[in-house]
Amino acid sequence: MQLNDLYKDIILDHYQSPHNRGRPPQADIEAEGSNPLCGDEVEIYVLLDGERLQEVRFDGVGCAISLAAASMMSEVLEGKSKEEVGNIGELFKAMMHGEDVILPEEMEDLESLKGVAKFPLRVKCALLPWTTLEHGLANEDAGHRVSIEVD
Amino acid sequence: MESGVSDEIGFDVHAVRQDFPILGTQVHGKPLVYLDSAATSQKPQAIIDSLVDYYTRYNANVHRGIYTLSEQATAAYENARTKIARFINAPSPECIIFTRNTTEAINLVRYTWGTENVRSDDEILISEMEHHSNLVPWQLLAQEQGAELRFLRVNNEGRLMLDGLDVLITEKTRLVAVTHVSNVLGTINPVKGIIKKAHKYGALVLLDAAQSVPHMPVDVQELDCDFLAFSGHKMMGPTGVGVLYAKPHLLEAMPPFMGGGSMIRQVMLTESTWADVPQKFEAGTPNIADVIALGAAVDYLNDLGMANVREHEIQITQYALDQMREVSGIKLFGPWEIQIRAGVVSFVLDGVHPHDIAQILDSEAVAVRAGHHCCQPLMRRFNVPATARASFYAYTTEEEIDALVEGIHKAQRVFGHAIERSV
Repeated sequence: MQLNDLYKDIILDHYQSPHNRGRPPQADIEAEGSNPLCGDEVEIYVLLDGERLQEVRFDGVGCAISLAAASMMSEVLEGKSKEEVGNIGELFKAMMHGEDVILPEEMEDLESLKGVAKFPLRVKCALLPWTTLEHGLANEDAGHRVSIEVD
Repeated sequence: MESGVSDEIGFDVHAVRQDFPILGTQVHGKPLVYLDSAATSQKPQAIIDSLVDYYTRYNANVHRGIYTLSEQATAAYENARTKIARFINAPSPECIIFTRNTTEAINLVRYTWGTENVRSDDEILISEMEHHSNLVPWQLLAQEQGAELRFLRVNNEGRLMLDGLDVLITEKTRLVAVTHVSNVLGTINPVKGIIKKAHKYGALVLLDAAQSVPHMPVDVQELDCDFLAFSGHKMMGPTGVGVLYAKPHLLEAMPPFMGGGSMIRQVMLTESTWADVPQKFEAGTPNIADVIALGAAVDYLNDLGMANVREHEIQITQYALDQMREVSGIKLFGPWEIQIRAGVVSFVLDGVHPHDIAQILDSEAVAVRAGHHCCQPLMRRFNVPATARASFYAYTTEEEIDALVEGIHKAQRVFGHAIERSV
């Protein structure tokens, strides 16, 4: 078993020095996702500019994998259109399920999570922020914070 | 404590380990270090043999056939009941009801005694350190009957705050349901005093003994508890069999749990009469093989001696606490006083989430549990989302504790110990 497949330096960097962490003063979309089985909780905040995600921020408690995944996600999705976000999300999910996918070049950080696919119990950790964001986008018109539980 | 107690232990842990085939196996090419016995224990060869023996030599349904095999199976099944009754010093084998596990045993009480005896405005007292299995059934009963749930709180050291007992137990209290030993904190609760007080107010007491019966001598008559529930798989027996002990007069008065075969005396089209205790509570074909194997587990534990098991765990837990407290950035939960501490050590590390600790320990073949341990209210009480937990048994060695501590250091190295905890 290769522990290095899981805890790459880039993942630990995102965990220990997260990007875009903290609740913004205002957000167009607020979603919280939790895995009650392991206690991970992540909050995703999106500022929209029309069809584009102007800014994505997150907060929460969780393991290195879920928090690093949230940090990376918030970075790569900044400025992307909703359609692009959907496509990247699908690619990421496919990668987590062990499929050989090619990610856009500027998303090499995301690529570092590829090794998580070898640890089936941890895949849900990496997917938690993505599932939460997806839920938030799907309920964009809710007008309040939405929440989703995954396991 | 006096040194030299170790010389008095009645068994050699390394000899004990020879009885457990799984303890000689490897994980990721490294010798297995199994530190999750609070979740489920490993099984000695004698228990595995018992299962094979039943299915090979005398597999037949119980309490039915006139033929030899069925008689053999029935005798072995009932013999296991007798062994288990003696093991906890129950007044008779009829006080022992076989269930699937501790959870089902507690739910049996909720659905039978509970629905008949807990009414609107009555009170049920439980504690903040209960496993969900001794919390959720009482939430459901309280909601159903309009009763009130009250809670014994836990102090920072992980002990029940018993000074509140006089206020919490009242004339309205029907039941006190409390864990004998915490599966997270390792606290051995002073249940005898709680039982005395509860009885003074006419309340009954149910003990969740899932973490006590496997690890220390338990005498239900000395404790004077009314109900006691535990699981076979945590005491070296197979999964799928649990035990409910109840005082005989309670079992007599309780309505049946599930309806079906075996639990009836006479069945008419519109009504039936019930079999005697304990059959009244064991509807359908029981878990024959696993009950017999649990009897074998009791034999095995009796051979070790429960006082010896407890003494070994006191020493191994003291060793673990001493070694683990030296790790910088670690926080240990539960009482320090070893006489009220079972072989369970929950911990968190600065900057490393419990799941990541468990993952890195797994890479060293060290098996620990990470999560809320089915105690979400207790996690909230201590303001942590989760903990890592190492738990011990009669086969745990000091070398295994050393491997755990080494693994914790490795987790800190992976996560760069010097780095400030990210916020």
